[in-house]
Amino acid sequence: MSENTEPRTAAAPDPDRIPGTQSEESDIETPDEGDTAFVTSLDTAGGTHQPSAVPVSTQSGSLPGAPEEETLLRKIFTGNGMVTILAVLLALILGGLLIAATDKVVGTTAGYLFARPSDFLTAVWSAATSSYVALFQGAVFNPHGTGVAGQFAPLMETLTIATPLITAGLGVALAFRAGLFNIGAQGQIIMAGILAAWVGFALHLPIGLHLLLVLVAGVAGGAIWGGIVGVLKARTGAHEVIVTIMFNYIALYFLRYLLDTQLFQRPGETTPISPILDPNAVYPLLFGSQYRLHVGFLLAIAATVFVSWLLNRSTLGFEFRAVGANPKAALTAGINVSRATILVMTIAGGLAGLAGVAQVAGTEKVLTDGVAATYGFDAITVALLGRSSPWGTFAAGLLFGAFRAGAVQMQIQTGTPIDIVLVVQSLIVLFIAAPPLVRAIFGLNPSKKKASTAGKTKQAATTGGAA
Amino acid sequence: MKNSLRATLKRGSVAGVATAGAAALLLTGCGAAPEASTATNTASNYKGCIVSDSGGFDDQSFNQSSYEGLKKVTSELGLKMNQAESKTNNDFEPNLRAMVSAGCNLTVTVGFLLGDATKSQATANPDKHFAIIDFGYDTPVSNVKPIIYDTAQAAFLAGYLAAGTTKTGTVATFGGIKIPTVTIFMDGYADGVKYYNEQKGKNVKVLGWDKAKQDGSFTGDFEKQDKGKQFTQNFLDQGADIVMPVAGPVGKGAGAALQEAKAAGKDVKLIWVDSDGFLTAPDYKDIMLSSVMKQMGQAVETVVKQDKDGQFTNKPYVGTLANDGVQLAPFHDMDSQVPAELKSELDQIKKDIASGKLKVESAASPKA
Repeated sequence: MSENTEPRTAAAPDPDRIPGTQSEESDIETPDEGDTAFVTSLDTAGGTHQPSAVPVSTQSGSLPGAPEEETLLRKIFTGNGMVTILAVLLALILGGLLIAATDKVVGTTAGYLFARPSDFLTAVWSAATSSYVALFQGAVFNPHGTGVAGQFAPLMETLTIATPLITAGLGVALAFRAGLFNIGAQGQIIMAGILAAWVGFALHLPIGLHLLLVLVAGVAGGAIWGGIVGVLKARTGAHEVIVTIMFNYIALYFLRYLLDTQLFQRPGETTPISPILDPNAVYPLLFGSQYRLHVGFLLAIAATVFVSWLLNRSTLGFEFRAVGANPKAALTAGINVSRATILVMTIAGGLAGLAGVAQVAGTEKVLTDGVAATYGFDAITVALLGRSSPWGTFAAGLLFGAFRAGAVQMQIQTGTPIDIVLVVQSLIVLFIAAPPLVRAIFGLNPSKKKASTAGKTKQAATTGGAA
Repeated sequence: MKNSLRATLKRGSVAGVATAGAAALLLTGCGAAPEASTATNTASNYKGCIVSDSGGFDDQSFNQSSYEGLKKVTSELGLKMNQAESKTNNDFEPNLRAMVSAGCNLTVTVGFLLGDATKSQATANPDKHFAIIDFGYDTPVSNVKPIIYDTAQAAFLAGYLAAGTTKTGTVATFGGIKIPTVTIFMDGYADGVKYYNEQKGKNVKVLGWDKAKQDGSFTGDFEKQDKGKQFTQNFLDQGADIVMPVAGPVGKGAGAALQEAKAAGKDVKLIWVDSDGFLTAPDYKDIMLSSVMKQMGQAVETVVKQDKDGQFTNKPYVGTLANDGVQLAPFHDMDSQVPAELKSELDQIKKDIASGKLKVESAASPKA
């Protein structure tokens, strides 16, 4: 906490004093005027050093990586895997109770609980389980389906819905690894959707080329929209959270404006819905017309491999992670932080753009103002659940895709409101954001909260091992 | 020491919660168990289904009216019913597919956004019947019945009523999003005012919509009530005293602004849309002049009954003043404030529109 009271310039790297920065804090707490001037000129030269998503406490010049120095946000994003699983479990249990509580049969049987308690308990059990069974049948495997094709249809639907969630989630995760909290996936999907759809319905090109152009246009649309944020952040220091939120609105209202023009409407109609994309411009279906699963899913897998390689194997990815861990240290080490900021936002935007293409060229085939659905915001949750790792995001995307696909079946089979799935999703986020709560519920918490760090780590390790 | 204290406290609170819970159960759980009997009503195997757009079945607008209509007709005739709410545009196709595989005889879809999904499922399943609310196809689909409304006719009456009731000589309207099903209200309203001016040689102004330019005030969505309030306050500042919001729930924002103005001593009135606001938005009863109603529930009932009796056609159902598909709601508490002369004029206009003597035209009118 004490670091926060330091003057901001104190944390600025000073080539002459680098050894001192790390050994003695008192040494840099009294910068003279010459120092400040030098720092300013360095700032402008590098164009970096603007306030980053990583709060000041981690920018204080102390070495990165020490657990107690991690920010809350970072902890939330890269938390413990056990907590993630327990959070999902806990959310499902609470969701089940909520389903039971709103169930009519449960309500009636509660009225004569003491006359025949078994009725009540059976009703609670059947309400919750039948909903979850329906959810599973709608998301993975439906034994009542006609033939093998019908039985696996739900799984295909899950993969279809997961496609945009995975790619947009990757965009959010990648940006977070570079220390940027990218709320702008929604806007990036929309801009990608606009460009991809326009290329898709306005141009008429031969097969292959047309889809390629749709893909390029969409990815470029998202990349540009994300890249602008990166430039604003790197050049002016504008905070990316605020800028991306505003860019979401700009994109949405721009889309609504476009849908109100003749250019984006069907000839002879005035409804805000674009013409259907050319057959050449849409993703081919993977397993025939009985499923909606399209080639976009393969691209989502490819994107995951790419992000995984980028982060873990490439120089650029190393720079991203270094900037995310500590921009000051990264700058000191000779990394061009502003270049990394712009690049990471561009790539993140491109990944979200891929989700936009999956929407217009994959499932929707038209452009409406609901083209991004809520995928841009769900992507944040997906990245969160995936702990910002590429394959974690992939798995989280599949899970959320399954929730979405299963919700339809649950709603129709058991009459459980579709909102319950949103509640479960929100509960997952809530629990992931509060690891101590989850640990407390499952009895994994160290007994003393204010124990010394060493003791805490030790105890956590032992309890974790016991569990 | 500290720990044990906390543990005691914890145990104490758990016990307390348990006691309270048990007490609650004691109070509520004393009923007698019913005899085991399962009286299932299997009057018919006919299944009527409905898929909402992203507004959901509690939107106090067309999703809700259609849903209630289907619920009413299925319970009256002892039919089966399935419903699926769409949260986003992505849910349309999965929901429709699920309805088809659930064996629905007739599936009602709500809103133009479902137009493509309904068409593709209808084409893929020619033996199933569909009906779509507020949307018509350029080239009819053989098993989809469009249910559409010439709302401008009823809105015309509302415009005439507003012009005849205003004290300031200025009335206003605004929309949610500029889509035909919204602008048709505004066109009719503006034309009603214009007609009043022509008949009476007055100059009542309309704020918020220019029919010739087809442009006006829109809040941008059907959610942000504060924007509706802000728009209405602006209109009041410009001298309007009657406002017709065509924006679903955003209309409540307009109601709030008008109630504040009324509390400040102004004589202001609200015109509701879609349903009779006196009944569906009772908070604003005291300022509710009338409502422009689209009787969607009734249309759904008719279509389901026809389909069950084997009389399904894909000929659009067009709600007009003539078939009471669109109506001007009763004045309720405001009845005394509407002069008898104006009432009889409205009756006459209604007859003239119904008979075709008076034509109400809007760019958004159904082309049927």
